[in-house]
Amino acid sequence: MKTIEQLGMNERIKKLRKQSVGIEPSISIERAELVTEAYKKYQGKVSITELRALTFKHILENKELVINEGELIVGERGPSPQATPTYPEICCHTLEDFEQLDKRERTFYRVSEEANQVQKDTIIPFWKDRTINDIIMKEMPAKWNDCFDAGIFTEFMLQRAPGHVIVDGKIFKKGMLDFKNDIKQRLEEIDYLNDFEANQKKEQLKAMDICCDAIIIYANRYAAYARKLADQTLDEGWKKDLLQIAADCDNVPANAPTTFRQALQMYWFIHVGIITELNPWDACTLGRPDIHLYPFYKNDVEKGMLDRDGAKELLESFWIKFNNQPAPTKVGVTLKESATYTDFCNMNIGGINPDGSDGSNEISYLMLEVLDDLELVQPSMSVLTSYKNPDKLLVEAARVIRGGTGLPSIFNNECAIESLIRQGKSVQDAREGGVSGCAEPSAFGKEADIETGYFNLIKVFEVTMHNGVDPSTGKQIGPKTGDPREFANMEDLMDAYEKQIKYFVDVKIEGNNIIEQIYARYMPAPFTSITFDDCIKRAKDYNDGGPRYNTRYIMIVGLGSLIDSLSSLNKHIFEDKNMDMDYMLEILNNDFEGYEKERNMFLTKTPKYGNDDDDADVFIDKIFNIVHDAIDSRPTVCGGHHRAMYIPTTCHIYFGEVSGAIPDGRKAGMPLSEGISPVQGADTNGPTAIVKSAAKLNQASTSGTLLNQKFSPKLLENENGLEMLTKLVRVYFKSNGFHMQFNVVTGDELRAAKENPEEYNNLIVRIAGYSDYFNNLTDIMKDEIIARREQETF
Amino acid sequence: MPKVTSIQKFSIHDGDGIRTTVFFKGCPLSCLWCHNPETQDYGQELMFDMEKCLGCKSCIDSCPNGAISFKDNKAYTDREKCNACGSCVDHCIYNLRNISGKEYDVETLIKEVMKDKDFYEESGGGVTLSGGEVMTMDMDFIEELLTRLFELGISITIDTCGYTEYSNFERILPYVNTFLYDIKVIDNEMHKQYVGRDNTLILENLNKLSSDGARIYIRIPVIKEVNGSEEGMEKIIEYLLDNNIKPAQINLLPYHSMGSNRYDKLAREYKGINLTRPSDEEMKEFVKMFQVKGFQNTKIGG
Repeated sequence: MKTIEQLGMNERIKKLRKQSVGIEPSISIERAELVTEAYKKYQGKVSITELRALTFKHILENKELVINEGELIVGERGPSPQATPTYPEICCHTLEDFEQLDKRERTFYRVSEEANQVQKDTIIPFWKDRTINDIIMKEMPAKWNDCFDAGIFTEFMLQRAPGHVIVDGKIFKKGMLDFKNDIKQRLEEIDYLNDFEANQKKEQLKAMDICCDAIIIYANRYAAYARKLADQTLDEGWKKDLLQIAADCDNVPANAPTTFRQALQMYWFIHVGIITELNPWDACTLGRPDIHLYPFYKNDVEKGMLDRDGAKELLESFWIKFNNQPAPTKVGVTLKESATYTDFCNMNIGGINPDGSDGSNEISYLMLEVLDDLELVQPSMSVLTSYKNPDKLLVEAARVIRGGTGLPSIFNNECAIESLIRQGKSVQDAREGGVSGCAEPSAFGKEADIETGYFNLIKVFEVTMHNGVDPSTGKQIGPKTGDPREFANMEDLMDAYEKQIKYFVDVKIEGNNIIEQIYARYMPAPFTSITFDDCIKRAKDYNDGGPRYNTRYIMIVGLGSLIDSLSSLNKHIFEDKNMDMDYMLEILNNDFEGYEKERNMFLTKTPKYGNDDDDADVFIDKIFNIVHDAIDSRPTVCGGHHRAMYIPTTCHIYFGEVSGAIPDGRKAGMPLSEGISPVQGADTNGPTAIVKSAAKLNQASTSGTLLNQKFSPKLLENENGLEMLTKLVRVYFKSNGFHMQFNVVTGDELRAAKENPEEYNNLIVRIAGYSDYFNNLTDIMKDEIIARREQETF
Repeated sequence: MPKVTSIQKFSIHDGDGIRTTVFFKGCPLSCLWCHNPETQDYGQELMFDMEKCLGCKSCIDSCPNGAISFKDNKAYTDREKCNACGSCVDHCIYNLRNISGKEYDVETLIKEVMKDKDFYEESGGGVTLSGGEVMTMDMDFIEELLTRLFELGISITIDTCGYTEYSNFERILPYVNTFLYDIKVIDNEMHKQYVGRDNTLILENLNKLSSDGARIYIRIPVIKEVNGSEEGMEKIIEYLLDNNIKPAQINLLPYHSMGSNRYDKLAREYKGINLTRPSDEEMKEFVKMFQVKGFQNTKIGG
């Protein structure tokens, strides 16, 4: 953990950073008011698509503008940094929600008296029973609710809109006027005689056109506002900056950017637009900043308009804009599965260019420096690692990782590309993609890859062990697949488990299909659609299959815990015959109370995943196949496909809370393993053994995996340690591993931070596909991180 | 058959690259500061973390020799009666007991160390045999192990204190890439005092290995009381120069007391308790002393 003084920033950036981290997140009621006004004005008079566009325009015409003194890139979602709007059309908070958001100890949002009043007088009366959340809850079948309540799966679209909006290079080549031109041409091509969706297409295109105007109006307002401030200020330096801001806003987003600075401002307007239109999961991200920004940088430097330090200052000012926008408010299970302010903007650097050549450049290294200088939790950064990248990129990334914030995380570009191509993407589109959110391979700017919810492998195991009954409620929620006491061998057990998985995945997908139709019908996103190929060409919305590729993820949680549990059953019941199934169930149903000796045997005398031990690892493939067959390639409503991926965010904590004791020795209520990492502490053979175990999973056939490692800082203290870390990563990637990330912090430091939180305000740790302040974690999450095995120096 | 106390993967301080280090059990020396005391004795031993014992008494009847009793609500094993049979290990529900020293046949050992061959290839690493003192194990076993690994293309490093017949070195020389060769102190009386043996054989073997063209990393544990002074370092430098020994690398390893709780687990007294680690500045000075005398590749740490 570095002190603020040790971070490398100039005075301007220090001031902006201080402002960004110094303000408490709060609720801004402005957007809710504007949305409600627009709905009152237009609803029923225009199509729903146009209504959404007019609402977007109404917000951008009226929302308060803010320019934070010293910043070089402008635009905020709220009226000040950390002020977070609400999205009542998706989920309308009750006053009790507001009170909880205000009062809760962590991930709080301060609610002003005024906001509370407006919510009570205006927002709730209008939106009650007519939000997307209300419609979904009305439509969901009883069995879906049973599963949701039991903690078999979660649902992403109850409080936030479908997301993973990753922008590709097109916004650096085209301005909104160019997009308007494309839309106009497409409108002219509509065949009203033979195309029976013609009118719908017209509405969609019209809506997109309105959104182009809206964002231009917003930029024009900023230009005027910057000039006004420039007139008022006595500070000559700031006046110059403001006039430059005004000049930039005159040009973008109406036209394509011409300078490095305009390119950043262009992206930022798109970003603010997307997170203002709706509250999509994972906000918005500039997918491959280094390959898209480098041409501007090179050109500016050659013309003498910009130097390296200037570019770095711009990037740092840009970076802080992300940190100014905490994730939209979440409550209930949605909060539990994603308990963080981080909104998963995930810049990808390195990797390869669309033509297959090395994509790393000076911007890649600059961005690593920015990451190291600022030590912020947002935005996140991933290094796409290709065998075509120089080792230097990986070593420099390792140097930043050594700083201990868990950033950047490291991805295997070849594996991501293979995964994307397997899913049917073109080579070119796969190469221009990368990873979005936490760890999801994505064809940037062309794919709606939507996370639909987490899926609890352990709860399904528990239900299997009770013949379809959830032991915590006694309710039959799954099919009857047999009393496990009558299972003759592991095959019987695996067959039963497979049937349960299939059933619960079916229930989940049934729900997904309904929700997908609801969003397509009631909540189009015409602004977002502009930035995605081929929404204009197809004249279809982002939420209705407009993008070239459409993917729906189900995120699998508890792999390590399940492997170890199966390994334990296999060894103790069927191989060594230490006990029978009846006794095992007795132990589990008693949560090990009075069975400490058996629990110790499960914990210490059982082959465990993460140790390169085939006696445990043999179950990886079996589980993978069951999950893969149940989910992969299942069609979605809008013509896309379902895929399985293995990331947890914070859901391994929530799923742990609702799951009983399991044969790996884990007690009821304790966290599950996260991602594809071994059970916390079960790995005793060092990082190479973890890598080898994890590489046994057929990762290119998943849609993302996440592997956490915890290293003692001592292990990386010299250049040799850094180099060896990169070698570890290279071997994992050669064996088709997908992703690896690191916490570099001692257990002692973490324990001290838990004891004395006030002394560790800056301590940032890696959770799952993102980093967060240690102090923002619940005690159980803190303990989970402490329990992860620390790889020490030998 | 030689006994192994542990097989340590991702070793990055025991030679080049990522390595797997095999620690053999048994050593002719008894360095006061030894941080792997379980590798000193050649036989199996019980390790018991008594400090963490909660006194649950699950183990009380497990010992066939009746070595376990309870004092102050903690289990106590009478080492006179304990023959390291391991009966008590499974009875400790907190997993505080284990038997140090496992026998491997050559086949099993090879299978285990070959698991990480991809890491050796990527990083220029390999397998390190350490201890204890590997050169005092059954040399037929060691030779067979090394021949097989050599044939499999594995780069081999031997970590040795040098206290063995030189003929043992001659047997394995063709298969070894690098020797990590310890020098503790040149003054023979001090050597006897702190290490328990005469150093004549050790220094002779180093000369022979060097003139036989072996690639050598000299490793010097630096301890204030023993050699961690200008004079102590000077003597080692002099020795290397006088005998024309040109190590590929010299590693100065500052003393640490991290192994001291292992003595507790063996119910033995740690006699190095009063030893001290030189300061970082002193360590840097020592490195410089070597470098000005031509040993450019001198580093702190392995």
